[in-house]
Amino acid sequence: MEALIALSIGVLTACGVYLALRGRTFPMVLGLTFLSYAVNLFLFSMGRLGIGQPPVIRAAATAYADPVPQALVLTAIVIGFAMTAFVIVLALKARAELGNDHVDGLDES
Amino acid sequence: MNHLAIAPLLLPLLAGILLLLIRHRGIFPRRLLSVAAVLGQIGLALLLTGALSGGDILVYHLGNWPAPFGIVLVADALAAWMLLATALLALFALLYACQGGDARGRHFHVLFQLQLFGLNGAFLTGDLFNLFVFFEVLLLASYGLILHGGGRARVRAGLHYVVLNLAGSALFLIAVGTLFGVFGTLNMADLARKVASTPPSELGLARAAGLLLFAVFALKAALLPLYLWLPAAYAHTSAPVAALFAIMTKVGVYAIVRVYSLIFGAEAGPLAHLIEPWLLPMALATLLVGMLGVLAATALRRQVAYLVIASVGSLLTAFALDSVAGIAAGLYYLPHSVFAAAALFLLADVIARRRGATADHLESAPAIAQAALLGGLFFVATMQMIGLPPLSGFLGKFLLLRAALAHPAAAWVMAAVLLGGLMGMIALARSGSVLFFRTLPAMDQEGRSDTPVPSPPTPLMKPLPFGTPGGEGSVLPVAAALVPVVGLLLLGLLMTIFAGPIQAHVASIAEQLSRPYLYVHAVLGVRP
Repeated sequence: MEALIALSIGVLTACGVYLALRGRTFPMVLGLTFLSYAVNLFLFSMGRLGIGQPPVIRAAATAYADPVPQALVLTAIVIGFAMTAFVIVLALKARAELGNDHVDGLDES
Repeated sequence: MNHLAIAPLLLPLLAGILLLLIRHRGIFPRRLLSVAAVLGQIGLALLLTGALSGGDILVYHLGNWPAPFGIVLVADALAAWMLLATALLALFALLYACQGGDARGRHFHVLFQLQLFGLNGAFLTGDLFNLFVFFEVLLLASYGLILHGGGRARVRAGLHYVVLNLAGSALFLIAVGTLFGVFGTLNMADLARKVASTPPSELGLARAAGLLLFAVFALKAALLPLYLWLPAAYAHTSAPVAALFAIMTKVGVYAIVRVYSLIFGAEAGPLAHLIEPWLLPMALATLLVGMLGVLAATALRRQVAYLVIASVGSLLTAFALDSVAGIAAGLYYLPHSVFAAAALFLLADVIARRRGATADHLESAPAIAQAALLGGLFFVATMQMIGLPPLSGFLGKFLLLRAALAHPAAAWVMAAVLLGGLMGMIALARSGSVLFFRTLPAMDQEGRSDTPVPSPPTPLMKPLPFGTPGGEGSVLPVAAALVPVVGLLLLGLLMTIFAGPIQAHVASIAEQLSRPYLYVHAVLGVRP
């Protein structure tokens, strides 16, 4: 499972970085979204991976899952949502103001 | 529990919410509430400074959860100092905005208060994840503010600013996540305690996380390779916002000082002095590159933006000296550079509005009205910024150079700081002479002496409808427009007159910072 999670985080980050470096706003927004997914998954896995472990104290439990990363990742998801919404609106505004969807507004075609 | 530590957070948050509720009322009640809230924050910052004067550290446990488990706010002398500088700066930026700039967007005052909420939170938090949250709060507010008023150039610069900071936030979260994975805590005091006993197998991870965190803070502070977002963003936003943003880079500087004196400081065992080999060379290079930018800039506001970068270089040079005297010098220099840069941003706007279509481009234009008054203020502000005697900039530089004497790289520091000062002086002297002396003959003789409106009427002089790019061209009455500028310059003057007591105060802050165990004990409740 560790290898799978690590691989997915790696692929998401790679896609995110590639897309974020594109010259148009739409792929860039997608790239940032991928990047934030990767980061959220990474943050989530920092509490160590385990199956069927309770996060709160229980008499029968032998091992516990760390609840803190789940709280952290929830916060990060909410903030990421807000930021994505904002950057989409900004990209639309830039499209309207600059007349094209290039990040530098340079496109002449 | 003393609730004073959380008050600087609650006041701007409540003011922001209230402002949102009364957004359909006239502009006057909103201005009144906003100014009152900022005045209240100045009062709170002074109260906090007074309460901490004995060297205490106030710790506020939110929800009364004990320290490493719950979230804490920590008000120490450094946090109070930053709060005071922020509130004073905000007052004058707001007074300038209240002369019409705030009416160009519906939510200026709301965003302004939330920006202060984020700034105060970043200074007060004792938890690395909450530092991230407050960074996001202040960034989200700043995204709104930087676009305030709209316009092509502003939207383009704003887009770059937003995207870069989103990438920075992703890196911040990765660093925070790695630190949590290694140490199992994000409370700064708890981290400081655990870092010293990092197991050797985790050392590489912890070091990578620490350096990644440095990269994030360097992006916020606009340190050398990561400063490219700043000049365009600051040069194209509205003047009061640019003035307020003079403190934004200092949040990055604050985070560097806090994290690398507390968590990765002298007591961190194998991870001690993590960024020391990087910080000084990068700070000196930032100073010189910033000054090169000042020399090369073709518009006044861009020049001031590069001055902000150069001041970050000087500041981090002081903190990189890693001595009590160096940190004290940096802490004296910090509010000075913020006030001076803000005064220059506002002054550049006042001047640009009087030059019609030439705006703040460093080209000859017809002489402006009240050139003597504006030129005099420009002279004082640049002297303060560059650090010529007898003003506060000189004292800051002097303290910095004196602290550098004891450092092995003293020659490099001296050379870079003095050369940077010279470059800045040449550039600003040139700007001043272009703006005020090398003027073209006026095309029209009337209206030169009494009215502040410059004689050649240009399209920018007409009041433009809300949201148009040139809508900021309207000319304010000179007296009202200059009150905030003079106020900021007076703050610098006060810092010069009361340099003795202020120096003693910042020395005590530096003293406290050099003993991070005080912070750890205060937060975790362990007796020293």
